[in-house]
Amino acid sequence: MLLVPCPNCGPRNASDLHYGGESQKRPDPNTAIPAEWRDYLYLENNPAGWLHENWFCRSGCRRYFSTERNTATNEFRNPPVPGAKLGGRA
Amino acid sequence: MSQKGMSERIAAQPGEVIDRYHSLTFRWNGKKMTAYEGDTIASALMANGVKVVSRSMKYHRPRGYMTADFWDPNGFVQVGDDPNVRSGHRLVEAGMDITPQNVWPSLDRDLKAANGLVGRFLTAGFYYKTFMKPARLWPAYERVLAKFAPGGTVDLDTPHGLHDKRYVHPDVVVAGGGPAGMASAIAAAESGATVMLVEHEHHLGGHLLWGSAEDRALATDLVAAVHAAGVEVLTDSTVTGRYEDNWVAIAQRSHPLAIERLIKARAKMLIAAPGLIERPYVFAGNDKPGVMTSGAVRRLINMYGVKPGSTAVVFTANTDGDAVVGDLERAGVDVARVVDARHGENVIAAHGSSKSVSSVELSDGTKIDADLLVTAVGWTAPTSLLNMAGDRPIYDDSAARFFPGAHIDNVLSTGGLAGDGDHDQLVEHARATGRLAAERAACVRYALQSATARSAEVDGVAPGWPDDSRDALPRDAHPSLFRSTTHGIVDFSEDVGSKDLVAAAHEGYDSVELLKRFTTATMGPAQGKLETVNTVAVLAEARGETIAEVGTTVWRPPYAPITLGALAGRIFEPVRVSSIQPWHEAHGVTTILAGAWVRPEHYGDPAAEVRNTRTNVGITDVTPLGKLDLQGPDVPKLLSQLYTNKWMQLGVGSVRYGMMCAEDGVVLDDGVTGRLGDEHYLMTTTSSGAATIWEWAENWLQTEHPDWKVHVTPVTTGLTSINVAGPKSRELVSRLVDDVDLDPESFGYMQVRQGTIAGVANCIMWRIGFTGELSFELHVPSGHGLHVWEALMDAGADLGVAPFGLEAQRIMRLEKGHFIVGQDTDGLTKAPSTGMTPLIKLDKDDFVGKPELTWAIEQGGLPVVVSIQTVEGNIVPPEASQIVRDGSNDILGRITSSRMSPTLGRSVCLGQVAATESAPGTLLTVVLADGSRVKARVMEHHAHFDPEGERLRG
Repeated sequence: MLLVPCPNCGPRNASDLHYGGESQKRPDPNTAIPAEWRDYLYLENNPAGWLHENWFCRSGCRRYFSTERNTATNEFRNPPVPGAKLGGRA
Repeated sequence: MSQKGMSERIAAQPGEVIDRYHSLTFRWNGKKMTAYEGDTIASALMANGVKVVSRSMKYHRPRGYMTADFWDPNGFVQVGDDPNVRSGHRLVEAGMDITPQNVWPSLDRDLKAANGLVGRFLTAGFYYKTFMKPARLWPAYERVLAKFAPGGTVDLDTPHGLHDKRYVHPDVVVAGGGPAGMASAIAAAESGATVMLVEHEHHLGGHLLWGSAEDRALATDLVAAVHAAGVEVLTDSTVTGRYEDNWVAIAQRSHPLAIERLIKARAKMLIAAPGLIERPYVFAGNDKPGVMTSGAVRRLINMYGVKPGSTAVVFTANTDGDAVVGDLERAGVDVARVVDARHGENVIAAHGSSKSVSSVELSDGTKIDADLLVTAVGWTAPTSLLNMAGDRPIYDDSAARFFPGAHIDNVLSTGGLAGDGDHDQLVEHARATGRLAAERAACVRYALQSATARSAEVDGVAPGWPDDSRDALPRDAHPSLFRSTTHGIVDFSEDVGSKDLVAAAHEGYDSVELLKRFTTATMGPAQGKLETVNTVAVLAEARGETIAEVGTTVWRPPYAPITLGALAGRIFEPVRVSSIQPWHEAHGVTTILAGAWVRPEHYGDPAAEVRNTRTNVGITDVTPLGKLDLQGPDVPKLLSQLYTNKWMQLGVGSVRYGMMCAEDGVVLDDGVTGRLGDEHYLMTTTSSGAATIWEWAENWLQTEHPDWKVHVTPVTTGLTSINVAGPKSRELVSRLVDDVDLDPESFGYMQVRQGTIAGVANCIMWRIGFTGELSFELHVPSGHGLHVWEALMDAGADLGVAPFGLEAQRIMRLEKGHFIVGQDTDGLTKAPSTGMTPLIKLDKDDFVGKPELTWAIEQGGLPVVVSIQTVEGNIVPPEASQIVRDGSNDILGRITSSRMSPTLGRSVCLGQVAATESAPGTLLTVVLADGSRVKARVMEHHAHFDPEGERLRG
C-alpha cells in the first residue's frame, strides 16, 4: 500500500486518506462556458508521470493538501502544500 | 522401540524432527494408522507404506509424493471438513480423518481414469473448443463437468473460527529461514535493526536440516544466534506478497490461537532469502508413484526416518543428487544405479504398474528394475518477491537458472537466489546483506521521522544512503536439464504434458504468457513453483530459441495460498446506537441497520404508530441525523456556498431548509440549518450524508475559501435527537419546558429556541415538519438523551404518547410528499427535478453547481419527481417499478417510494417521470413485478395529505 506524505502527520497508509484526484483550478462559475466547466468536472489529464493531485487526511489531521506524485513510479516530490489546489491545467 | 505398523520407518536419524516417544493414531481413507508427533501427513503415510495418495486432475492417474513438501502437486487431501490440505506440509495430528480427493468411486479403482485412455483427445483447450456450441447446452455441460472438477469438499456449516490480523512496523523483514535468511537476520539485528524472520516450513534451517552433520551443526549455531540477537521468528509462515513501499503480507499458520493470521508489515527493508526449489524432470512416466526429487528423499530419510523405496535409481546432475546415494544406503535402500547427467547419461522413461515404478529406462537402452527413481536435475529460483517489486529476472545459461535482474533499493536478495558458494561464502554474503539492510533501514527511519514540516527542523545528521558494496556470490555451472528425449508431465497439478505445450505452441500460442493461459500450465495449486522453468524450456525448444529469448512469466502475489478467513480476519463490524437504545430494546423494538446505525424500525405495528402520531402525539429517535456545529463570522458565506438557496439574512432563532448539489448539479444532500446565535449555527444533514458533508464543508473551507472564518464540529453523536410530532406535541413539550415560550405566536414554524427540557439545560428545539404534523425536534446533550425520552413518555401518558420508528416516519413523510435524497433522487437527479427550483437562487454570486443548474433550468426537460396514486387504491406498486408508455415498453419513469397510507386508506407513491408525463392528472402505466400493468395518476401536489400544511404550522 502506498505511503502518502501528509504535511502534518507524516507518511500514512493511503487508506487513511481520501484521494482528491488531479489538482485543478475551479473555473469562474459566472463566466465558464459549458465546455470549460465540463472539462473541470469530468476530464483528467491522467499522465504517466508527474501529476499535481489533492489528498484529504481523513483519519489523521483532516486537512486537505496538494502534492506531486509520479504516477509511473509512485514517487512523491516537493513538500505538500496545505489547502491550495494547485493549477493543474489552465 | 516398536514401529507400530509403520513398515517403512527406519532407525532414528541424527537430524530427525519427529518425536519417537509420542506416537499418535489417525485414519487414512478409513484405515487406522500410527505416526509420531512431528510427522507431516506425507511422512506419516509413507511410513505406513502408502504409495498412492491422489489421482491427477485431468487423467486421474495415480500419484504419489514427488517433493513431499508444501509444493507437492500430488499431496492434496481432505482433513475432516478442511479441503485441499497440503499433506506434504501439514503436520499430522491425533484423530485426524484424512481422505483422498478427486477420486470416484475410490482411490484404488477410479472410473474417471478412463479419461486417461482418451487422453490423446484431451489436449490443451479441449474443454474450450468442445463445449462451445450450442450455448443453450452450457448449463448441462456445467453440471457434468463440475463432477470432474478437482478439489475437496467444502462444508458450508464450518464455523468461521478465530482468524486474526496484526499490523507491525519492523525495520527488516527476512523472507526465508535457511542459512542465508538466518545469517542476514542476525547481522541486521546486531546492527541495531528490529527484524522479523519468516520461515515457510515448520523449522528454521532450510536445506541444512536434511544435510550432513556439518550442515546440521551450522543450522544449530545459526538458530541459537537468531534467538540471541532478539530476532522475532515466525515459522510455518509465509511472506505472501510485497506491495508498494514495502507493505509486506505475511500469512502466519502457526499462531497458537488463530487458525491463520494475516500480518501486515510496513518493512523499511525486505530481504528475500527463499532458497531454491528443486525442479522435476520431464520424461515418459515422470508422474508415476516412486519418481521423487532428491530433496524429497533426503527430507523423508533425514528428517522423518522414512524409507522411500526398496531399490533406487539416482539420476543426478549436482552435489545434492550425489548426496542422496549415501542417505539411501543408510536407510537400507538398494541403490541399483547412479545415472550421472554430467557424464552424458540420461533417463528416458519410468515404467511400471498404476501403483508404482517398476523399472527405469536409460538413454543407452538399459532397463534397471527399481521402485524408486530419484532426480536431481537443477533448481528454480523463486524470485516472486523481487518480481512484485518490479524486477524481471534474467536467465543464466551456464548456471541453468534465473537470477535477479535489476537492483531494487529496499528489497535485497541473498542465498540461493543470489548465487552459490560454500557455507562460509553464503553466510558472509548474507551477513553483508543484513548489515546493508540495517543501514538502509536507518536511513528510511530517519526520513520517516523527518517527514513533517515540524520534524524536518529537528537537529540531526541525515544518514547517507549506503551503496551496495557486497561481493557477488559465485555461480556454479550446472547442466541444462529440462526435458529428456521423451515427453512427460510438465504441470503435475494441472495435468499438462510437454506434448500439450508443443502442440499449443504450434497452434500459435507461442508467447509464454499466452501458452500459460491456453494450456493452464503453471496455473494450478503449485503456481509455477515446480513447473514454470520447464514450461519455458519446452516452449523454447518448440520455438527453436533459448530460454533467455523466451523469457518467463511474472510471479504475482500470493506466493503461497492464504485462507479467505485470514483475509476477512475477525468478524468485526462496529455499530452505532443512540443513547435511547436501551429503552428501545426494553420495549419490543425491531431494529434496522442504516449504515453503521442501529435504528428503531418499528415497535410492532407501524400503521398504528402513524395513526397515533396523526391523532395524539408520537416521539421518535432521530439521533443518526447528521449534525454539524458551525461557528464563526463567515458561516453565512459557507451556507450560501454549499446550499442552493440564500442564507445571508437568516435571523437568530430561525431555521431554514436547504438543498446541496455537487458541481454537476446533482442533488447531494438536504436538511435544515438553524441560527442559534450571532455566529453560531447548527446544520443537519441526512443520516447517510453526515460524514460526507462534514468532509465537503471542510473541502470548500480549506481549498477554495481558506480566508473564511468558520469552525466545523461534528456533533451527531454529541446530541441525541428526538422528534415529537402530532397535534398534542406542543402540550407534551410544554409539560417539560419552563424557560421557552412555546406559544405559536412567539415560537413559530421554522424557528429554533434553546432551553431546558426535563431539567436538562442547553437543549436545542426547533419546529419543522418532516412528518407533516406539528412537531418539535429536540437536540439534547447525549448523556441525558435517555432521561428526556423517558420524561416525554411519562409526561405524555394521558395524551396517548407512543414511540414511532423509522417505518412510520417514512410513511408519514411519503403521505406528505417529502422526498428523500438517495431514495427518490439518484446519481443523475439534478436539483430542478425535485420541484425545488424556487430554492435555486441563480442570482447568487456563487454556489456549488451553479453553472450546471443555470444551464439545466434554461434547457428544461429534466425528469420530475412527482406524487403518484394508483387508480386502484389497494395496489401498492413495489419501489423501482417501471413506468412505461401505454402499449409499449418505452420507459418513462419509475416509482421511487410507495406505501399503503394508514391515514388515507390507500396507496401513495413518489416517482420520477419524464417531463412530458409530469403534468397533474397525467395517467401513467406502471409495470408490476409479475409483469401486469396498472394505471396511476400524477397528483397536483407533492403532499397526498394536508397539502396546505395547516397541521405542521399549527
